[in-house]
Amino acid sequence: MKIDWIDVGVLEDIPAMGARVVRSTDGDIAVFRTADDGIFALYDRCPHKGGPLSEGIVHGRSVTCPLHNWVISLETGAAEGPDHGCASRIAVSLDQGRIRLGLSRASRAAHG
Amino acid sequence: MREKLVLIGNGMAGVRVLEELVERAPEKYDVTVFGAEPHPTYNRIMLSPVLAGEKRFDDIVTHDHTWYVGNGFALHSGSRIDGIDRAAREVVTSDGRRVPYDRLVIATGSHPFIIPVPGKDLPGVVTFRDIADVDAMLAEAGSGRRAVVIGGGLLGLEAANGLLARGMTVTVVHLMATVMERQLDDAAGYLLRRELERRGLAVITEANTECIFGDGRAEGVRLKDGCEIPADLVVMAVGIRPNADLGRAAGLAANRGIVVDDRMVTSDAAILAVGECVEHRGQSYGLVAPLYEMAKVAADQLAGLGESIYQGSVTSTKLKVTGIDVFSAGAFGTDKEAEDIVFRDAARGIYKRIILKENRVIGAVLYGDTADGARLFQLLRSSEDVSAERDTLIFGPAFAAGGAAPDPIEAVAALSADAEICGCNGVCKGRIVAAINTKGLQSVDDVRAHTKASASCGSCTGLVEKLLKCTLGDAFEQGSSVKPVCGCTTYGHDEIRKLIRAKEMRTIPEVMQDLGWKTANGCSKCRPALNYYLLCEYPGEYRDDAQSRFVNERVHANIQKDGTYSVVPRMWGGVTSAAELRAIADVVDRYNIPSVKVTGGQRIDLLGVKKDQLPAVWADLNNAGLVSGHAYGKALRTVKTCVGSEWCRFGTQDSTAMGIALERATWGAWTPHKVKMAVSGCPRNCAEATIKDFGVVAVESGWELHVGGAAGMHVRATDLLCKVATPAEVLEYCCAFLQLYREEGRYLERPWPWIERVGVAYLQRRIVEDATSRHALHARFRYAVSFTQKDPWAERAAGVAAHEFAPLAEMRA
Repeated sequence: MKIDWIDVGVLEDIPAMGARVVRSTDGDIAVFRTADDGIFALYDRCPHKGGPLSEGIVHGRSVTCPLHNWVISLETGAAEGPDHGCASRIAVSLDQGRIRLGLSRASRAAHG
Repeated sequence: MREKLVLIGNGMAGVRVLEELVERAPEKYDVTVFGAEPHPTYNRIMLSPVLAGEKRFDDIVTHDHTWYVGNGFALHSGSRIDGIDRAAREVVTSDGRRVPYDRLVIATGSHPFIIPVPGKDLPGVVTFRDIADVDAMLAEAGSGRRAVVIGGGLLGLEAANGLLARGMTVTVVHLMATVMERQLDDAAGYLLRRELERRGLAVITEANTECIFGDGRAEGVRLKDGCEIPADLVVMAVGIRPNADLGRAAGLAANRGIVVDDRMVTSDAAILAVGECVEHRGQSYGLVAPLYEMAKVAADQLAGLGESIYQGSVTSTKLKVTGIDVFSAGAFGTDKEAEDIVFRDAARGIYKRIILKENRVIGAVLYGDTADGARLFQLLRSSEDVSAERDTLIFGPAFAAGGAAPDPIEAVAALSADAEICGCNGVCKGRIVAAINTKGLQSVDDVRAHTKASASCGSCTGLVEKLLKCTLGDAFEQGSSVKPVCGCTTYGHDEIRKLIRAKEMRTIPEVMQDLGWKTANGCSKCRPALNYYLLCEYPGEYRDDAQSRFVNERVHANIQKDGTYSVVPRMWGGVTSAAELRAIADVVDRYNIPSVKVTGGQRIDLLGVKKDQLPAVWADLNNAGLVSGHAYGKALRTVKTCVGSEWCRFGTQDSTAMGIALERATWGAWTPHKVKMAVSGCPRNCAEATIKDFGVVAVESGWELHVGGAAGMHVRATDLLCKVATPAEVLEYCCAFLQLYREEGRYLERPWPWIERVGVAYLQRRIVEDATSRHALHARFRYAVSFTQKDPWAERAAGVAAHEFAPLAEMRA
């Protein structure tokens, strides 16, 4: 499958321990930046009740969903602790400060 | 196709069957659950601490709706079953629906026993069985009011203690000669009674209730000897009887309870019954441990696994009254072959008695020192020969080991792997230790989540802590019983605040570094708490960390379930104008806001606003003079008012102007949790000031100031702080109160539990009696709000934190 790498912005666009949203025709994508400048992307839906993960508190390599406090791993998308469920991951690359999302079909980026 | 399983009764026994079933055969059944109570499943045995105000209803909820959804169970709560049609294999709901089953589990629990005396049905007479009963009691509770509890058993004494903690004058009337006579012998019963009386409870034994008297509602209890005890509330807590009604009506074999065999199957092979509603080998049980043992056997049956059988339970009892340690297990009656070993220390109020028969423990009663309860219960259940240690049995294992001072950690270490730690959930030491080692558990909460040990009545929490300690060694540092803020630290809220001040720590990373946080940057529990503590400690200096704020406080609006937001403009004192209403109407039209709702706090809520619309909505509201109502924050929410002396023929003071002045003085201050206030213009109290965190009630001669009310999951009337004469004093006292709460309340602790923790007398000392202290608190509050009384909406409408409200990018296919 061909992967298109879409440029969505630079590291500094996202606050450390924060997230921003990229709108796509498949639904919103949450792009996270951890305290140590790791970048991760998940579809912006908690596996529990669809809460917007982009609005959660980011800690370590996890985010806590703002609706019911499920903790989701940014690395795997899976719920941590006793909860079960998984958010869909999206490939990301960080190259010289530029963030790119790896999507499996042709898309075009435009800064919003 | 899956078989259909119907469960009647969404209580502890029934839900435990489902939990056990999920472990065994999660795919076997389509499960439908009917529960008569309209609440999520909660831990019924923890109602006593809720009544006493030591826990909140939230704390005792065990399974919320997500658990049912996650397991694919259909839950109908608040839905009663009226009948079982065994021929058609259907249950019939109270609204006439018929639901088919292949297997049926009845877990309808028990009814409180009502003694058939005149007046038993009067308003003001309640039982103690479910959360509705607790709410009914709390509605009548309050300082200076009187309660009579009929029944001096486990349930009655816990109810009496709870009402006493709520400030009531409480009398227990008990038919027998000593209290808790089913669990305690005369000596322990006497010690318990003496301690309860020392706490202020009146106890009348050998008291036969003749009637409950009162004109239209209960006004007191009359005993057979003619004695009358006046009461505003009468609690009947004389015991329970199995609720076998449904089973009996369906023609199942039933005596006292629904008769089941050793496999929990009733006289109809398709129907099982578990819990308090059953009768097994002539026994019915009212304690939790047997229910859980039954649930395991029932789940094996349903899963079609093995032939496990239930052989009846040996039970032990603990009284859940804080500060009184009572343990009882097995027999202590007058078995002629039995021998007693007794230890008494009258000065320290300790009494221990072990009952032996043929050198085996058959019963134990411990009062004042119950540390040995688990070990004795183990000896009782295993029925092992104790002749070798008989001489020292009563002093515990440490004495037998050489007379050294007993080390509680060593005592736990010495327990065998199959020793039971959690009686409620039947969890033994070996299982907990294995879970700690294989799953890397660090805290009591972890152990609870993974093994259920200490998840029910909680009385084994200390044992679990010691197990963690002796399994993890120094890695488990929690020396005291202080509850850590979260899993990232061993420190509790109060210690952290003290250390922030003492070590002058000024940033979140600094606190985490100096106090040895276990995680790189905390979690969603500790970061908001630390952010608040630093904000409160260093007003004007500490830089608020947006990434440590819950979303609502970060974006200054309330997130809704669909990810949209709600917007509530401030309306000072609940007063608005045509211009403001017109501006709001225009905003609703302009942005197609789907819903407009008046809130409980006399404000207008605009619901369904999209995040990227927020700055523009705020700008338009700002133009009409409307600012943020902080309806999203741990901050002052609203000051509710009545119209007062300006319009009302009963009004004694201008409550509306007072409310506006209070709101103007206190808005924008961050607090540990949300704060709601109200001002009523006369004692008719139309603004409902006595259920607010800070409530003002005008009287002819001035203003009464009330604190610590609540009207959420639990309703609590305020305590009177004091009375003042002038509006200026109302403002000063209110600011001082808020500052004390800001400085000493724990993050996410509402004012009422804080006040119950420290006592209203402490507040009176700091705010009323000590003028210097009041002035200082007031000054610190004014200083703090001088930095925060800025409209956050205006700042954001002008471009602050713009990244918050715009997407990073938009991709079009």
